[in-house]
Amino acid sequence: MSSISELKNIAKHIRIDLLKSISEAGSGHTGGSLSSADIFTALYFNILNHKPDNPNWAERDKLILSIGHIAPVYYATLAHVGYFSIDELQTLRKLGSRLQGHPGKDHGLPGIELSAGSLGQGLSVAVGLALASKIDKKNNYIYCINGDGELQEGSIWEAAMSASHHKLDNLITFIDRNKLQIDGETENVMSLEPLADKWKAFGWEVFECNGHNIEEIINTVNTAKTIKNKPKLIIANTIMGKGVKSIENNHKWHGKAPSKTELEQFISEVY
Amino acid sequence: MKKYISTGNKDTRSGFGVGLLEAGKKNENVVAMCADLIGSLKMDAFVAEFPERFFQAGIAEANMTGVAAGMTIGGKIPFIGTFAAFATGRVYDQIRQSVAYSNKNVKIAASHAGLTLGEDGATHQILEDIGLMKMLPNMVVINPCDFNQTKAATIAVAEYEGPVYLRFGRPSVANFTPENQKFEIGKALMLNEGADVTIFATGHLVWEAIQAGEKLAEKGIDAEIINIHTIKPLDAKAILKSVKKTNCVVTAEEHMLNGGMGDSIAQLLSRNYPTPIEMIGVNDTFGESGTPAQLLEKYGLNAENIIKAVEKVIARK
Ligand SMILES: Cc1ncc(C[n+]2csc(CCOP(=O)(O)OP(=O)(O)O)c2C)c(N)n1
Repeated sequence: MSSISELKNIAKHIRIDLLKSISEAGSGHTGGSLSSADIFTALYFNILNHKPDNPNWAERDKLILSIGHIAPVYYATLAHVGYFSIDELQTLRKLGSRLQGHPGKDHGLPGIELSAGSLGQGLSVAVGLALASKIDKKNNYIYCINGDGELQEGSIWEAAMSASHHKLDNLITFIDRNKLQIDGETENVMSLEPLADKWKAFGWEVFECNGHNIEEIINTVNTAKTIKNKPKLIIANTIMGKGVKSIENNHKWHGKAPSKTELEQFISEVY
Repeated sequence: MKKYISTGNKDTRSGFGVGLLEAGKKNENVVAMCADLIGSLKMDAFVAEFPERFFQAGIAEANMTGVAAGMTIGGKIPFIGTFAAFATGRVYDQIRQSVAYSNKNVKIAASHAGLTLGEDGATHQILEDIGLMKMLPNMVVINPCDFNQTKAATIAVAEYEGPVYLRFGRPSVANFTPENQKFEIGKALMLNEGADVTIFATGHLVWEAIQAGEKLAEKGIDAEIINIHTIKPLDAKAILKSVKKTNCVVTAEEHMLNGGMGDSIAQLLSRNYPTPIEMIGVNDTFGESGTPAQLLEKYGLNAENIIKAVEKVIARK
């Protein structure tokens, strides 16, 4: 298993490769991809029990990406961890590519559990996977990655209610809490706070962590696993655009692609 | 073939944005909502001019639809904006019960419809929205073809009383309809009179139909071209009049064949005046990522395919 400093280095390369792929595509979601890169690294390189050379292994932990627009970080992570070649990242969003603008289950890319792009649907599917695992008495975990703006969808709260109703302690959900969405700050667009209290009221065990500290992410998941009879939520406090100083915390970069010259500059900035 | 000249490429969604601002200036009852896509829907100008008449819904389309239905009581005229996929499929039951069945004066403004949304791919490329909306009693369905027409349609829709689905798109396309042409809901627009075939087109494919018409003229085929900007109510009178003259039909739209404009025209004709018909549209498949032009070509939704369909249908006469 990789050390924390190795994981940090992997996250850096994932950032560089997702930037390259978005720039080559000419469109795509840079901000949220960068804000969740450390969460993806921690999950795929440490937390998840999975086999990249056997994507359909029945006992695997399953990860549902509910915010399909951050496909670039999903693809870059899957490539780095060995599901497919890093070269294929350069086909992002092109005609005929397996790397659809938003993940498409039908396009044959290994490692993808679900099509996603319309927000607010993934958590319900994760609840279904968690229920199915319980029926089959499996010991695996189901993970879900949600955006914070995405939590404005009512369907999220239907899923939240059902997960605690069914006591799904095999379900761990991350919120990429970068506090931004397309039209600006979540609290100005449609306020979410007090966010932790809302989830607690829905019967979830709630944790918070620094979503850019890989060690803290891993430790939080380990603690979460010790809690029984409840679904678990991890509010990962993040920064949109994290890793490229000049675009950090700027919602204009939610869905903007770096030009060729910006790409060079951004890559030189990545930390 | 009548000559049509584009004054340059513009996106239809910008036509909506300009039209909404103008509708807002004309009538203080016009209000607007958006589900975290103000820039994409080009609603910024309205938001800046009338901040007290704009309500940010957040990413909560179902709630936005219901809130809009509520706001109509007492005379407000809400325009609700988001991508077509989320404006229809996501909230179908809210539209069905609270808007259509309750006959509320809600204007559903749906951008990024169809394949020409491009690289975002199939999750966003709804090709079923016209069908979903036209099946609802009380619902008017409008799909304008360019910037000027979308602007005019937006203003007309604000003046019309009742639920409306207004569909437009993301890419920049030829802007060729006259700048201040009045938009008459439900009235098909004759673009070129011809004798050999009628091409009925809607939305982005109207310009493709014009391109096809020019090439057909060179080949000696005299095509009648009609812009069906209103899919419901369908202008049955104009359609039948044309088809009785040409006796064969091609329909062209950026939508699924099932449930689209061509499907409505085929139904009208099979009941009243059975005629050979060829249909351009997407045949029971999801879209995918690609540039708009690549996708229109791959799925056969361009002038070249309209020409082929015309030749085929004429041979069937
Ligand atoms: C149902 C639905 N509504 C709207 C959109 C358009 N959209 C894509 S991403 C996004 C903002 C998401 O915000 P957040 O979850 O905070 O993600 P981040 O901005 O941090 O990447 C919106 C509104 C969508 N994809 N699906």
